[in-house]
Amino acid sequence: MDFWIRGSATNNQGMEAEQQKIVKGTSLWRDAWKRLLKNKLAVFGLIVLVFMVVSVTIGPPLLAWTTGLTADFIPADSDLLNSFPPSSGHLMGTDEAGRDLLARVLQGGRISLMVGIISTFVSLIVGVSYGAIAGYLGGRIDNLMMRIVDIIYAIPYILIVIVLLSVFRGPNTPHWIAWMSEKFGGAGNQGLSQIFLLFFALGLVSWLTMARVVRGQILSLKNQEFVLAAKATGVSAFGIIFKHLVPNALGPVIIYATLTVPSVMLTEAFLSYLGLGVQAPYASWGSLASDGVKNIAIFPWQLIFPGVTMALTLFSLNFLGDGIRDALDPQTRKF
Amino acid sequence: MSDHNGTILSVNNLKTYFQTEDGIVKAVDGISFELKKGETLGIVGESGSGKSVTNLSVMRLIQEPPGKIVDGDIVFDGIDIRGLSIDDVRKIRGKRIAMIFQDPMTSLNPFLKISTQLMEVSRLHLGHTKKEAYVHALKMLKTVGIPDAESRIDNYPHEFSGGMRQRVMIAMALSCDPELLIADEPTTALDVTIQAQILELIKDLKERMGTSVILITHDLGVVAGMTEKIIVMYAGKVFEQALTTELFATPASPYTKGLLRSVPDPAHEQGKELYQIPGLPPDVAHLPAGCPFAERCYRVEDICRREFPPFVQITQDHHSLCHFAKEVYAESVAERAALVK
Repeated sequence: MDFWIRGSATNNQGMEAEQQKIVKGTSLWRDAWKRLLKNKLAVFGLIVLVFMVVSVTIGPPLLAWTTGLTADFIPADSDLLNSFPPSSGHLMGTDEAGRDLLARVLQGGRISLMVGIISTFVSLIVGVSYGAIAGYLGGRIDNLMMRIVDIIYAIPYILIVIVLLSVFRGPNTPHWIAWMSEKFGGAGNQGLSQIFLLFFALGLVSWLTMARVVRGQILSLKNQEFVLAAKATGVSAFGIIFKHLVPNALGPVIIYATLTVPSVMLTEAFLSYLGLGVQAPYASWGSLASDGVKNIAIFPWQLIFPGVTMALTLFSLNFLGDGIRDALDPQTRKF
Repeated sequence: MSDHNGTILSVNNLKTYFQTEDGIVKAVDGISFELKKGETLGIVGESGSGKSVTNLSVMRLIQEPPGKIVDGDIVFDGIDIRGLSIDDVRKIRGKRIAMIFQDPMTSLNPFLKISTQLMEVSRLHLGHTKKEAYVHALKMLKTVGIPDAESRIDNYPHEFSGGMRQRVMIAMALSCDPELLIADEPTTALDVTIQAQILELIKDLKERMGTSVILITHDLGVVAGMTEKIIVMYAGKVFEQALTTELFATPASPYTKGLLRSVPDPAHEQGKELYQIPGLPPDVAHLPAGCPFAERCYRVEDICRREFPPFVQITQDHHSLCHFAKEVYAESVAERAALVK
């Protein structure tokens, strides 16, 4: 979808191309982009994130191709009693089983970032639809739907995730999740379907605030005349909500989504730390840190590298989220 | 299209009430009118007199709750609008009855391209594919006189001026060739020169497409040149109903007379204080028992405060809601005669 509003180019005949350049208008999104680029922290965050995404994407195959090290490769010559500190052979050292830590951090980054993105995406879909429908319908239905949100809010979300993960793990894994992990990583891949379950469990608890944000937006938009005009041309309620109202509420949704990503990642790390999240042979930054903390006195690099990488990413995401919020908020505009 | 005595829309005893904390607001209380094919009907009245609610009721666009059509019939081309399911109403909205709104600045979605919004209508009602809809949208923009439509069609609403946006709204309204066009104060938000252009455009398109038009306005100058029939509304009721020429020449309601006197006449009234009807429109939630205009009327008598006035027929197409309709009419005829002399 093309949300980027084009600048106007008045094309009256007789007007020169030169004039077109002058008339070229600015738009909400272009303004916001300019303001974002002025925010040093946000730019820093953006650069770090791009670097992270690129390295976790091309990093593991590149590393395997150049050095033969992968996340689950245990070298024959490794001393299982010792973990090697960082060296030219292992840039981040090795873990307690002798696996290259860099390869594992990169592999874990894939999972951690995917948790952040997919769970946010799930929460985006659920939250936006739920909030938009509640806000648009209004009245009793709205009241009922938002009270349900309040109730779920009141239950500690970690508890819900733990219950979801415990109930649906192992043989009780829903078929579609098993199907997805099969498509992704081959049949009978229990560890992977656990990760997919984690994505959806986290997504399903983080849509609540999104629903509230969207509902608020829709409430303020639905009485505008263009909605009545759309109704008068025979557009259905579904069309009005998703074609006319949701795009108008996109600013706050984007802001909130960028801030959801780090919070979901942190939750995943916490769950992995508790042993409920990602399980071996898969790794996430959270599970790596959890493994590392056991040996912190003797092999500190096992905690430091995944920890620092994760902290850096979370900071960057928060900086970027704040930056986008400031850039899109008209009250902080500086001209 | 079957012919029902040439009548496209007939509204009979329409009552639309709103439930508010202040009590029941009778926004429209027993309105009846008829519109023939190809005819233009003007509805005039002050703010809050129920003009817009009447027409929103016709399109079943009243927000429910708090609003509700409590009584009356709305028959559009033989179809009972009130009895239709919401899906069937949607098939009529935009296709057979179209609407133009007051403020073109807010009635286009700021986030969607003009082309998207125009295409939505014809894809919805005419079953156009994307390509067909685009061609159709372009044709409609040209019809309403958007210069350089090819390069403007993919612009966003904020890149258009007010008059241009109203043209786009008209293009949208007319893109399915509706049988009835409801224009709800189409020129109020525009300046006078653009106003004239837009009215001229509506008039011209109406003649070319044979569309019936309901023109809602509070500007008597606008209805004078555009309409065949006029309804004057006050406090949710029809106060006077007449052919345009007759209403302007010989009004039979004190309220209409007041409205006509309130139109400033720059040729004769320069330097003088402008006339206005004294008082304010009544609170529709707490209407008095008698005539709702009684407190502001220049010839009020006891009976006006006590009893609700009858709807008096004066000539064949001329009705007035007043205890003294015949007297007021006679007065107007006399004034007219004096003026002609």
